[in-house]
Amino acid sequence: MDRTVNQKAWFLVLPVFLVVAFSAVLPLMTVVNYSMQDTFGNNQFFWNGVGWFKELLDPSTDLGGRFFASLWRNLFFSAVILAIEVPLGIVVALSMPRRGWSVAACLVIMALPLLIPWNVVGTIWQIFGRPDIGLLGYVLHKIGLNYNYVSNDLDAWATVIVMDVWHWTSLVALLCYAGLKSIPDAYYQAAQIDGASRWAVFKAIQLPKMNRVLLIAVLLRFMDSFMIYTEPFVVTGGGPGNSTTFVSIELVKIALGQFDLGKAAALSLVYNLIIIIVCWVFYTVMTNAGAERQPSKGVA
Amino acid sequence: MENIAWMAWTLPTAIFFGLLACTLAVMTWLAIAYPEAERVGVLRIPTTRGDRLFISLIMAAVIHLVWIGVVGTDTLATIPLGEESIDLSSLWLATVISLVSAVAIFRRV
Repeated sequence: MDRTVNQKAWFLVLPVFLVVAFSAVLPLMTVVNYSMQDTFGNNQFFWNGVGWFKELLDPSTDLGGRFFASLWRNLFFSAVILAIEVPLGIVVALSMPRRGWSVAACLVIMALPLLIPWNVVGTIWQIFGRPDIGLLGYVLHKIGLNYNYVSNDLDAWATVIVMDVWHWTSLVALLCYAGLKSIPDAYYQAAQIDGASRWAVFKAIQLPKMNRVLLIAVLLRFMDSFMIYTEPFVVTGGGPGNSTTFVSIELVKIALGQFDLGKAAALSLVYNLIIIIVCWVFYTVMTNAGAERQPSKGVA
Repeated sequence: MENIAWMAWTLPTAIFFGLLACTLAVMTWLAIAYPEAERVGVLRIPTTRGDRLFISLIMAAVIHLVWIGVVGTDTLATIPLGEESIDLSSLWLATVISLVSAVAIFRRV
């Protein structure tokens, strides 16, 4: 740890910094300015201090109630899709072929959902779930299930979760597959000689080797699902009622629906802070998990 | 000023960003004048001065938000200024705690 860090290279980043300043830093400063004021349009602003933050962090107010409700809803959604997508992705990756023509076919099929734009995915599932013209909705009705994502909370949640699983499980699977491919055959041969069971091979060889890609997968899926907007918005519009209104949908409702720029700015700053903290924790864990393994890597 | 009216600048936010810019300028100067080595502190992760500044700023934001949410922003004292007076919000205590935590982070993390 006696390596000197030379920070001068950062000056090479100056052009990018200027672009980012215009596209991100100045807008973010504006958001900070808005969060301290109230406006009725026409570029007229009135100082409100930390008033919006007080309201936002107090669940008994309208703004705070909506913020915390959508936050818990969003965290629950992220937890559910992680609990489904990560194990499912691992299982899919493990059952994918290792060699032969089927590898390419498998990879293309797996990549297909990832290539579809968010709002198209939303539209696909919105139509898919309709009882009159949608295949899923029609079949469920014929079976006798009263499935209706427009009026039933549980159905709306199930649709949004299944849609996310359909859209993103292949990302987890592809990442895990890449991790599995990097394991040399010698490991499996050694395991075979030792007479290791399938479970032992998974626990002692495959899972540790997938550790890093899994961490990346969890980070990506958590951030994406925590910031999710388009898909549930297209399918359920945040309804029925508010049951699938996630934080970003709530934010857009406040900012563009009600044009409450001050409230929306305060909410987006807190939202941003949560995302920055989670990203930083994940990034730190990821880079340091790698650094700790470095010395032993030379031996292996 | 007409051109940036949409940014809705106020004196307090301008001071805030001014201080932030000064901090970054000082950190830049420090990095050039006194190159440093990463070190491992109580968090068991290698950090540079920049990392410690980042952690301090995030901590400050969290401390202020928690303070607003839990303690509130009641007036602590009133400073008379001639005919007018300035109300001192208890939120300044959060600022003090943030500064103390920043010092601790720079020394220990």
